[in-house]
Amino acid sequence: MPHSYTPGLTVTEQTTVRRRRMLSLPGSVLVTIGETVRADQAVARAELPGKVYPLNLANQLGVAPDEIHEYLIKKVGDPVRKDEILAENKPLIKWLKTEVRSPITGVVESVSSVTGQVLLREPPRLLELLGYVDGRIVEVIPQQGVVVEATCSLVQGIFGIGGETRGEIVIAVTSPDEALTPRHLTADMKGKVVVGGSFVSSDALARAKEVGVAGVVIGGIHDKDLRALLGYDIGVAITGTEQVGLTLILTEGFGSIPMADKTFTLFSAHAGQPASISGATQIRAGVIRPEIIIPKQADAAGDHGMATVPQREGIRIGDQVRIIRDPLFGKIGEVASLPADLQKIPTESDVRVMEVRFADGSRAVIPRTNIELIEGS
Amino acid sequence: MASQEPAQTAHPLNVIVATDCGSTTTKAILIEKVGDEYRQTYRGEAPTTVEAPFEDVTRGVLNAIAEIEELSGRKILDGDQIMTPCRDPKTGVDIYISTSSAGGGLQMMVTGVVQNMTGESAQRAALGAGAIVIDVLASNDGRLPHEKIERIRTMRPDMILMSGGTDGGAVSHVVEMAEYIAAAEPRPRFGATYKLPLVYAGNTDAQPQVKKILGEKTALVLTENIRPVLERENLAPARNKIHDLFLEHVMQQAPGYKKLIEMAGAPIMPTPAAVGVIMETIAKREHLNLIGVDIGGATTDVFSVFEGLFNRTVSANLGMSYSISNVLAEAGLANIMRWVPFTIDEQTLRNRIKNKMIRPTTIPQTLDELQIEHAIAREALRLALIHHKSLATALKGIQQERTISDVFEQQQSGKTLIDMLKLDLIVGSGGILSHAPRRVQSMLMMVDAYEPLGVTRLSVDSIFMMPHLGVLSTIDEKAATDVFVRDCMVYLGTCIAPIGQGKDGDRCADYVITFADERVDKGTLAFGDLRLVPLAGDQKASIVIQPVKQVNLGAGAGVSVTREVQGGVVGLLLDGRGRPLQLPTDHNARVAALTKWYSAVGLYPTAS
Repeated sequence: MPHSYTPGLTVTEQTTVRRRRMLSLPGSVLVTIGETVRADQAVARAELPGKVYPLNLANQLGVAPDEIHEYLIKKVGDPVRKDEILAENKPLIKWLKTEVRSPITGVVESVSSVTGQVLLREPPRLLELLGYVDGRIVEVIPQQGVVVEATCSLVQGIFGIGGETRGEIVIAVTSPDEALTPRHLTADMKGKVVVGGSFVSSDALARAKEVGVAGVVIGGIHDKDLRALLGYDIGVAITGTEQVGLTLILTEGFGSIPMADKTFTLFSAHAGQPASISGATQIRAGVIRPEIIIPKQADAAGDHGMATVPQREGIRIGDQVRIIRDPLFGKIGEVASLPADLQKIPTESDVRVMEVRFADGSRAVIPRTNIELIEGS
Repeated sequence: MASQEPAQTAHPLNVIVATDCGSTTTKAILIEKVGDEYRQTYRGEAPTTVEAPFEDVTRGVLNAIAEIEELSGRKILDGDQIMTPCRDPKTGVDIYISTSSAGGGLQMMVTGVVQNMTGESAQRAALGAGAIVIDVLASNDGRLPHEKIERIRTMRPDMILMSGGTDGGAVSHVVEMAEYIAAAEPRPRFGATYKLPLVYAGNTDAQPQVKKILGEKTALVLTENIRPVLERENLAPARNKIHDLFLEHVMQQAPGYKKLIEMAGAPIMPTPAAVGVIMETIAKREHLNLIGVDIGGATTDVFSVFEGLFNRTVSANLGMSYSISNVLAEAGLANIMRWVPFTIDEQTLRNRIKNKMIRPTTIPQTLDELQIEHAIAREALRLALIHHKSLATALKGIQQERTISDVFEQQQSGKTLIDMLKLDLIVGSGGILSHAPRRVQSMLMMVDAYEPLGVTRLSVDSIFMMPHLGVLSTIDEKAATDVFVRDCMVYLGTCIAPIGQGKDGDRCADYVITFADERVDKGTLAFGDLRLVPLAGDQKASIVIQPVKQVNLGAGAGVSVTREVQGGVVGLLLDGRGRPLQLPTDHNARVAALTKWYSAVGLYPTAS
C-alpha cells in the first residue's frame, strides 16, 4: 500500500523553486516576465488604505442624524488636517457654539444620515513586496504579484518562527550532534544565518539576538525555551509573523535532536553563501514549512524552462526515513521491509507498519504513519 | 437541514463510496446492498492533501479509495475518475458522496447588535451550519468603533453573517455595523480577487440601507431575520444561505475543491453539518436527550438535543493533532497530568505534545504515549463541553412570566439547556474515540470528561463514519439508517453515577441488579470504587439503587431509584468516585487511585 505515508521534508542540493509573491490587496507590479530580480528588490507595491476613525457628529452636535449635512464644513472626499474644523453649529449666542475638529489628518470617507456618523480615513501606507529569492520572474499576475523562479539548494524545516530574511550561511558547530551554545555566537555573525547542531538553549538564543544574527537553523529546541523566547505558548502551529529579532528554524523537532547528516552536510558545503530563509509555518489548512533557499550563482544556473516538481511514487524499500514519534523519535534509517498485513503494536492497535534498518544494523518495526521520507537527492 | 435538492439518480444505489476529507486524514467507506439491507463493507484512509506538494484535495480522496480497491477487490477508479454507475458486480460504484472539513473548515465572522441576543443568535446560526466562528462583533461588545474596524480588517473570514434588530425596530445600529464593515473592506481568506460573501439576516427594514452600503463591496445575500421578534429565533433561512454560499463561493477557492464537487454525485457537506444531521436523527427517532461529540485533529464539535432543541458548537482550537498544543495551553499541564497514571517530567511531556502538533498524523506507539493522548482527550472533551454549555442556552433578554411561587427562584433568562441529570445518551465520534484499542477506553474518557449524573447510556461511532452517513441520509434515508444501526453505532453500556461525595471506602449506595435470566447481583458500591458489570449489548437488566442519605441518584438525596438499563460492549459502569469527580491532589495518591480504577475496568493491557 503505497498511500499511507507522511510526505517528508525536502533537503536537496539542486532544485528549481517557484515562489508566488502576492500582495495582500491589489496594487501594481514593478517587474516584467523574464526579468532577473534580487531577493531584496521590490517586485510589487500596494497602498494599504489608512485606518478609519468613526466620529458620531450627530451626538457631538446634539442634532438628528439626517440634519448633520447642514452643519458639515467638509464634504465627502475632502482632505482634512488634524484639529481642523469638520462641522459646527451656528447658534444665536456665540458662546453656545460647538465645533467638531478632526482627530486625524486624512480624508472624509463617508457621511451617514442614518447613524449621524462621519468616517475619516488616514492616508494610505505604502506596502512593498520584495522578491525574497534571487531569481527570475516567470509569471506576472496583474495588480497582484509575481512568481519568482530560482535554481537553488533547498532545505525545508519542520517548524519555525519569524518572517522572511536573508543572510550569509555560517556553520557555528563542528558536528550535527553538537549543541549551539552562547560561546559559539560571535560578533561577526551579525546579519548572518547561523547553522547549529542538535539543540539551542535559551541562553544561546539570547546571545544570538544580542549579536543580531538574521536567523538560527537548528535540530531542536525545548518547548520551554521557545515559550521563553516568544513570551507565550504556541497553541496552533501557524507562525511567521513573530517579532523576536530573528528567524528560528527547526529541522527535526522539539527536544535535543541531532540535525540529519544530509542536512548538515548540505549547509556545510554552502558556508559563506547568501541564503533566503523564512520561518513561516502553517501545519493546518494548506501546509507551509519553513525553508532555507540557497540560490545557485547566475552562471551555474544555466537556462531552464520548467520548475522541477518532485514525483512521489510512494515509499520503497531502501528509502531513507526519519522516525517521527517516540520511542525512537529522530532516528534515521532505511526501509527494510513493507509488510502488507496489519500488525498489532504495543498499544493493541492494528496498524500498517514497516521495518526500518539503522546504520548499526539493528532493526525496528514502526507504524508507517510514524515515519517521514527524507526527500530530495 | 441542507437547502440543496436531494441528488437525483437515474439508477438504484446499490454500491456507494463516501469520503470525509478531514483536516488530517481522508476517510473512505464502501457501502454495499447485501440482500435487502445496506452494510458498510470496507474502509480506507490516506493523508488529506490540501497541502503542498499535492495541493489538491482529490488526491487524498483517490488514495483513500485506492485502499478500498485493494482491500475489496472492486475496481472503482479509472485513472483519476471514479467509475459511476456500477458496470458489473466488481466494477464501479453507483454514487460517490463526500463531506469536508479540510482546509480549516468554514470560518465565519458574525455580527449582531446586542452581544448576548442577536450576536448569540447569529453565532448559533453559523455554528448550526457547520462553521467555525472566529469572532462575534456587536454594537455593545465593549470595543471602540475603530477597534471593530481594525478587527474586521485583520481577520480573513470565509464569510460574514450580519444580524441585528427585530423586524420593525430601530435600524441605526445595524446600519452602523454595515458602515464599519464597508469601511474595513474585508477580504476573504482564499482568493484575492473575489468578493467576500456576506449574509444579511437582520432587521428587514434595514435591508435597503445595507444593500446600498455593502452591495458593491461584498457578495451580499439578503435573507429573513434570524430574530424577527425577541422571543423567537428563525435560524433556518440564514443557515441555508450559508450552506449555499459555502458551496458556491468558499469551496470553489480551496485547493482541488472544484474537482471534488464535480466528482461527487451530491452536494459536498461541511463535516459538522453532516454529523449534526445524524445526531438530530438519533434524538428524534428515540425521543432522547443527547450529547454528541466529534473530536477531531483540529476541532471538537459538540452537539446536543434537549427537549427537542438542537444545538451545536465548535471549539475551533481543541483537537488531538493540529490543536493538541492548544489543549495543553487551555487546560494547563496539571489538568492533563491528573489523568496520567505514571510520572513523567514536564519538559519531556511538553516536547512530546509539540512534536505531535508539528507531525499531526503520527499515532502513539507505546502504551504510555497512548495514555498521555487519552489524558489530553479527556481535557479537550471537558473544555469543549464547557464551551457548549455556555452557548446552548435559552434565548436571552426575553421577559419571563413569574408567579408568586417563583419569587425565591433566582432563575435568569438564558440559562444552559444542558441538564446532565436529564441526559439519556452520550454519542462519541472522532479518531481518538472511534479508534481506541479497547472500547472501555472510549467509555471512560467520556465518563471522566463529562461526569454524567445518575443513569446515562453511552455509545461510540464504530470506525468514524457519522459524517458519511449524514450526507448519505440526504440522498437515501434507508441506506443511511441501515448502516447506522448495523455498523456504525456501537453501544458501550450504561454509566450509573451517584451524586455526592464521601470518604474513600465509605458506603455510597447498595444495588440489586436483576438480569434477564433472573440471575441477581447484589452489592455495595463504596466511595472511590469503579466497578464494571458485564451486560451484553442486546440485554437489559433491572437495577435498584439505594443511595446513602447524602447521596442522590436523581430522585433526591437518599431516595431509592429503580431503572431498566441497557448493556453494551463494555457493560454497566458503576461509578462510586463521586460527583463532582475529585481526584486526590497528592501525586502518589492520585497515581494509586488511577491505577486502581484503570485496573478495575481493564482499561489498558498492563492493568488487565
